[in-house]
Amino acid sequence: MIHMKINGMPVEIEAGSNILAAAKKVNVNIPTLCYHPDLPAWAACGLCVVKQENSPKLLRACAAPVVENLSVITHDAELYQIRKTVLEMILSTHPSSCLTCGRNGTCELQRFAAEFGIREQPYEIRLTDLPKDTSTTSIVLDPTKCIKCGRCVQVCQQLQGVYALEFIGRGDNTVVSPAAGLPLNDSPCIKCGQCSAHCPVGAIFEKDDTREFVRAISNPDKHVVVQIAPAVRVALGEAFNLPVGTITTGRIYSALRRLGVDKVFDTNFSADLTIMEEGTELVKRLTTGVGAIPQITSCCPAWTDYMEKYYPDMIPNFSTAKSPMMMQGAITKTYYAQKANIDPAKIFSVAIMPCTAKKFEISRDENMYASGFADVDLVLTTREFARLIKASGIDFAVLHDEPADSPIGMYAGAATIFGNTGGVMEAAIRTAYTLITGEELADVNITAVRGMDGVRTGEVDVKGTKVRVAVAHGMANVSTLLEEIRSAREQGAEPPYHFIEVMACRGGCVAGGGQPYATTDDIRGKRIAGLYTDDEKSVYRCSHNNPEIKQIYADFLEKPLSEKSHHLLHTTYTERKIYKK
Amino acid sequence: MAFRNYILVCGGTACESSKADAIYEALMAECNAQGVSEEVQIVKTGCFGFCEQGPIVKILPEDSFYVQVKPEDAQELIAEHVVKGREVKRLLYSKDPVKRHAKVEDIKFYQKQYRIVLRNCGFIDPENIEEYIAREGYAALEKVLFSMSKEDVIEELKTAGLRGRGGAGFPTWMKWNFTKQAASEEKFIVCNADEGDPGAYMDRSTLEGDPHSVLEAMTIAGHTVGAQKGLIYIRAEYPLAIHRLEIAMKQAREYGLLGTDILGSGFDFDIEIRLGAGAFVCGEETALLASIEGRRGMPVPRPPFPAVKGLWGKPTVINNVETWANIPVIIIKGGDWFSQIGTQDSHGTKVFALTGKIRNSGLVEVPMGTTLREIIYDIGGGIAHDKAFKAVQTGGPSGGVITKDYLDTPIDFGSLSKLGSMMGSGGMIVMDEDDCIVDVVKFYLNFSVDESCGKCSPCRIGGRSLANLLEKITKGNGEMADIDRMREIGEAMKKASLCALGQTAPNPILSTLHYFRDEYLAHIIDKKCPAGKCKSLITYSINPEKCIGCTACARKCPVGAISGERRAVHKIDPAACIKCGVCFEVCKFGAVDVR
Repeated sequence: MIHMKINGMPVEIEAGSNILAAAKKVNVNIPTLCYHPDLPAWAACGLCVVKQENSPKLLRACAAPVVENLSVITHDAELYQIRKTVLEMILSTHPSSCLTCGRNGTCELQRFAAEFGIREQPYEIRLTDLPKDTSTTSIVLDPTKCIKCGRCVQVCQQLQGVYALEFIGRGDNTVVSPAAGLPLNDSPCIKCGQCSAHCPVGAIFEKDDTREFVRAISNPDKHVVVQIAPAVRVALGEAFNLPVGTITTGRIYSALRRLGVDKVFDTNFSADLTIMEEGTELVKRLTTGVGAIPQITSCCPAWTDYMEKYYPDMIPNFSTAKSPMMMQGAITKTYYAQKANIDPAKIFSVAIMPCTAKKFEISRDENMYASGFADVDLVLTTREFARLIKASGIDFAVLHDEPADSPIGMYAGAATIFGNTGGVMEAAIRTAYTLITGEELADVNITAVRGMDGVRTGEVDVKGTKVRVAVAHGMANVSTLLEEIRSAREQGAEPPYHFIEVMACRGGCVAGGGQPYATTDDIRGKRIAGLYTDDEKSVYRCSHNNPEIKQIYADFLEKPLSEKSHHLLHTTYTERKIYKK
Repeated sequence: MAFRNYILVCGGTACESSKADAIYEALMAECNAQGVSEEVQIVKTGCFGFCEQGPIVKILPEDSFYVQVKPEDAQELIAEHVVKGREVKRLLYSKDPVKRHAKVEDIKFYQKQYRIVLRNCGFIDPENIEEYIAREGYAALEKVLFSMSKEDVIEELKTAGLRGRGGAGFPTWMKWNFTKQAASEEKFIVCNADEGDPGAYMDRSTLEGDPHSVLEAMTIAGHTVGAQKGLIYIRAEYPLAIHRLEIAMKQAREYGLLGTDILGSGFDFDIEIRLGAGAFVCGEETALLASIEGRRGMPVPRPPFPAVKGLWGKPTVINNVETWANIPVIIIKGGDWFSQIGTQDSHGTKVFALTGKIRNSGLVEVPMGTTLREIIYDIGGGIAHDKAFKAVQTGGPSGGVITKDYLDTPIDFGSLSKLGSMMGSGGMIVMDEDDCIVDVVKFYLNFSVDESCGKCSPCRIGGRSLANLLEKITKGNGEMADIDRMREIGEAMKKASLCALGQTAPNPILSTLHYFRDEYLAHIIDKKCPAGKCKSLITYSINPEKCIGCTACARKCPVGAISGERRAVHKIDPAACIKCGVCFEVCKFGAVDVR
């Protein structure tokens, strides 16, 4: 432990912490626009400078480690003036068009401008006039708003290992862009949207599709059907000042009906369906020796895109099962349409997702049109959905819970934990155990695969058979596992794992690129805990026990991996170039 | 076998670009033609430092110092000096044309200099390792390998009090000691040869004239701290230095002074060259390391310092060329000897690149504590064309300006920063009465703006804002509030920028706002440029009382802005005039006024 002083107040803090954290311990906030607790200090913005006793040199509170007996002044007249000048400089290169910006009200720069009482622009205004990059269907880059804090570049390179974003140019010509100024869609970008979730201003932003949604619900010829992803229910409440981790599933169903949608379903239903298909596929690979081992999960579209670009040799290892969202879309326009006797051409299928890559996934290849139509017509992120609810005058926080619609709305606990790292693995083990042994697990809580370590490995005992599993989250962490697999393969050795779960975002979908802003590990932990509570409270804990799942197989799909399943619920993968051109 | 004469031809970049190569070839040809090639050895050496008078040819044993030599002088030099033993007086250096100085020690430029770093430049053939060895080269390495402990080496550097010559002046022994104490199987030694200050060429000349001194020093460091690999980060714009380093490394390997089992000691150490693309910020050590690693050259916050966590995360000693060149001498002559040279807090010498409006521009090495006046007037010979001294800028684009009131300040690390300037890497640019301070500051600031990496907002935005405000002032659109704005931005940059580039970029502005406030006010309030440099603030006119109507100005005016009949008073049309100044230059009667 390190002992130091912040503004004369004694602080005891772990070695290796920074001064920002030390200040926080005594309830002192030091302003910063570039530091984010997910990332190593980049030290670009210059706002967090603090004074140290007996030294004329200022320290950057984000980058300076705590030192025994260090005494730091975080706020005084001189520091106030320096910070104000730095802010005014940043504002001189940032448009003042706050009212029409997507971050109006959540912008970190706007907040500091307000707190520092900036009332005029003393310095010459110099804005870049580079065009917006709208090349992807997921995220939009607006270089005019970029303050070059570097968070997105660090996220993209260090957290995600994607290297789509880079600094280009020097000095005040510096811009953040894919290499050689390529459009994002031609770059290695996997559309995970972590850049947009970390951007302090409105420079990287999810593509806003709320207008499409409003148009659909006001069209009497459209039968609007909505599914919500597991992670949405545990994060949306934050936009309405509910405690972090609050499960709002019933309130979401209610809000959707008030918005005027025709049917409210749940992606969780298809998470159970995914487990049936993917679990059966795993059991088949394990017991018959047909198909590559390990089997790797495929429900994360950013991960799938990453694999196709960076590790195409893993294609045989990928589960052919589509993501729950795409399965839900496919059965909505077939199974549900038949049952309800609705022309699938009239169905407008909407998915509320924690994820920007989901916007890309719905049209990623022809398999996403298995119903004969676009299986999912529109994806809205949690953030877009929150705006829509607010704009519709719905007092979300106090809504009464309502149930989902039948026949594809019911879910087991195993489905809801698809929203967090380790959850798909746990859900799959619960069902695979039964598929292999014909018995139910005595304890369905597989705590060995839970946690926040970037890579977790373990062994599951299936009646004497050891199944080796691994979980990775945060795209940059996956390479360790994949390199292990590659080297075992090259040496002709037995694969180190049988089953691997990968989620592109740290913590899993609960911290996806489309979730409410200001996500930190603390918030990730609370959202994950919320999903496990939802799981524990569920009537059914295992996917194969969900009655609606039993029914869809009885009435429509026959059995997992049936021909119909293959057509509707499974997909293929292709090697893709990292740079398109 | 001894030769009758040794002819040393300067082979520095500056003299090479003034045909030193052709002089060398011509001398060789003349020796052959006049049948004395057996008796004369001609050597291409490193820079003599007296670049103002280049190309330089020195002939031993007479020690005759020939200046501004041309290839066609070769015939006379060989015929007269070598064959007949008569000095070619017309080519000897002289300040006044009557009395010619024959020898180096007679030349004031050299009298106050004290050469440690440049000890071999201009004496040896840098492409011949034996000449380096003959002047105690690699004796320090031998001493370190066989008769000193690693602790002794650190102690010697500590006694010497050598501080880094790259700008910050950090004690070299401490850097080495941090790395020595850091536990790591792999460590690195890096030579920072990314010299980038405008007008500075100390490091280039050292590498061109004495590359082995750096190789030897890096090897000593490697042995002392436990590193086996050295890298020299040098800008690709220094082809001659790179070429000579490559030759030197090859020869050192052949002599067993580099590579495996050096001098049979069992110690392995090798060096490779990494080329930089010329970004100024890559002289900052963390940006330099990033560049070597193949990443974008951008500084990262310290700590951790490279000495503990540097190249590829391993402990790394980084020193600049000049620092390295001091090391072998300190090892041979001892730290005590070194610590006697210089001032209380700054020991040894410093090399400066003396340029600007100075009579003798060139490379000078003086003991710390020498005054600016001694450098400018005694060594530099005063201001060119007998103009009045205005200011001297030290520390390159990041330094401040120093006025005549402070010319007697002894130069060391502390005194210069007290004056709002800095030692920097050793650029020294002299300004005279014709220089406009605002214009000069604008030049430096634009350099810093162009070279900013763009990472931190104070430097990236502040630098551009300052440059634009200066542009506004020199265009005649300045307001009094701009002075406060510049000061605010400058102070914020100084305090909140991440690396030294941003922290020091406002120095030229802040120091001139202090010392030359009147000149700013003249631009802002009177809309006048007292030095007549800022085109928007000056007008050219013809004084009717002096004009005799010779038509010279009208004929030379590139835009036809001057009208007037022969033998009648001429007139400049201010609307058409582009203020190029040609009329002023061509008028023999002083009839063109600049206001």
